[in-house]
Amino acid sequence: MARVLMKGCEAIAEAAVRAGCRFFAGYPITPQNEIPEYFARRLPEVGGTFVQGESEVASVNMVYGAASAGTRSMTSSSSPGVALKSEGISYCAAARIPIVYANISRGGPGVGAIQPAQQDYFQATRASGNGGFEMLVLAPSTVQEAVDLTYAAFDYADRDRNPVLILADGVIGTMMEPVELPPMKTDEEIAAIKASKAKWACTGHRLDYANRAWIQPGQWDTARMQRANEDAAALYASWEKDVQVEEYMVEDAEVVIAAYGVSARIGKSAVDLCRAAGKKVGLIRPITVHPFPYAAFEHINYDVCKGVLDVEMSIPAQLVQDVRMGVKGRCPIETCLCSGGNIMSRESVLKAVDAILAK
Amino acid sequence: METNLCVAGFGGQGVMTLGKFLASATCDATEKNVTFFPSYGAEQRGGTANCFVVISDGMIGAPLGDVMDDLIVMNGPSLSKFLKTLKPGGTLFINSSIVDEKDVDRDDVKVVKAPVTELALDMGNAKVLNVIMLGVYVGYTEVVPPEVVWSTIEHKLGSKPKLLPLNKAAFEKGLELGRAQK
Repeated sequence: MARVLMKGCEAIAEAAVRAGCRFFAGYPITPQNEIPEYFARRLPEVGGTFVQGESEVASVNMVYGAASAGTRSMTSSSSPGVALKSEGISYCAAARIPIVYANISRGGPGVGAIQPAQQDYFQATRASGNGGFEMLVLAPSTVQEAVDLTYAAFDYADRDRNPVLILADGVIGTMMEPVELPPMKTDEEIAAIKASKAKWACTGHRLDYANRAWIQPGQWDTARMQRANEDAAALYASWEKDVQVEEYMVEDAEVVIAAYGVSARIGKSAVDLCRAAGKKVGLIRPITVHPFPYAAFEHINYDVCKGVLDVEMSIPAQLVQDVRMGVKGRCPIETCLCSGGNIMSRESVLKAVDAILAK
Repeated sequence: METNLCVAGFGGQGVMTLGKFLASATCDATEKNVTFFPSYGAEQRGGTANCFVVISDGMIGAPLGDVMDDLIVMNGPSLSKFLKTLKPGGTLFINSSIVDEKDVDRDDVKVVKAPVTELALDMGNAKVLNVIMLGVYVGYTEVVPPEVVWSTIEHKLGSKPKLLPLNKAAFEKGLELGRAQK
């Protein structure tokens, strides 16, 4: 397969189209505008539909509707726009509707900075809306991985009948990198996917009340509501098998960098530089930030590890809370942080590593 | 082997296009890894724009490094902003039509000069200054073969064949200037 140079946002959109996504609704916001722009051009070519909604709320609810009708559907936004979509996301989770959405995140609460950041970790992994629902949250650190994870996200969403979130930052969204694209699903394959949802989706049913599809984001009956929540909890508990993590030179490491997304690729290049200089440094990179790969932290040799360095483009640090739960007090945890749209500098990572090694 | 390049100038000078042409050529015709990362504010023409291209035989960590191996500056403000990021022994490419070599207050970098604004005007189209500068860069560094870069430009301009002769002349002018300063 020939490689092509693509911008992260466009690559995400193309991967979605190839996965069979045939409906996208969104509303403009930097730095994810290339996603709707790409879909606007691309979806009509494959018989799909693009809508620029009048707002984030309208867009996410259109996606909720299209996915309820069995069509693979997607939306995207950036931090404050994702916050606006949280109502619709929560409804999709409650009604168990499979949608995929991407947050190309920016820096800070409120409107934030338009430059890249990783300030939405808690929002993404803990509460992307009301009601305590959970989602698979996939965090690519290269454009290729953004493609592969987006392609897979639709399968996860359909398998679980649950929203899936692609959590990327503005660097992954706006940078260009060579990618190999996955195969285009054929019209027959897409039709078969839709047909497989007939049991629950509004794909057209007989006038037969018992067999009619119900899209129900909540229950009036307390017993039913509890059962729905128990079913959802059982689903979330089953995700242990879906945990993805990259462990790089961890076993003998005296310092282990913990980072995801763009910070992780910068961290990994710092590991290479350290190793070339004879310093024993490793990396743990969560690919699924939810569920979190706590087990990877069992592979650290705490007899030799002087510290774990949490590297993230967020102030205050957020990922560090999951790192803490993985490390369980077995070694010190330090942080290397930046925020507000400033991009993690490898120099500052190297300095922070040296500071731990010097202890 | 990894090369970190920063290209900086005014919005409208084709800074992003220059970086994208180089990144595309690397992707299309080599086995190397490459990243292109744009950086600009809300401004367009007249604002500042810069981009980073990293070309590497290995995995690329940061798509924008702290230290640049090569720096292309198309205007004065970019020189004062980015010169400090150039590594000792690095190569600075200046648009000598509007960037004064006397303002380069470092003696540990190699300076390659090309009056690309004037040359583009002489060729009858101010817009080709970026293609001339790309030629200078490729001619001097040979980071990717010139014919590969040209075929990428040719492909990208495919819908506007009328522009090809001018761009070809601009690219070749740049190559000649770059090679002459090796």
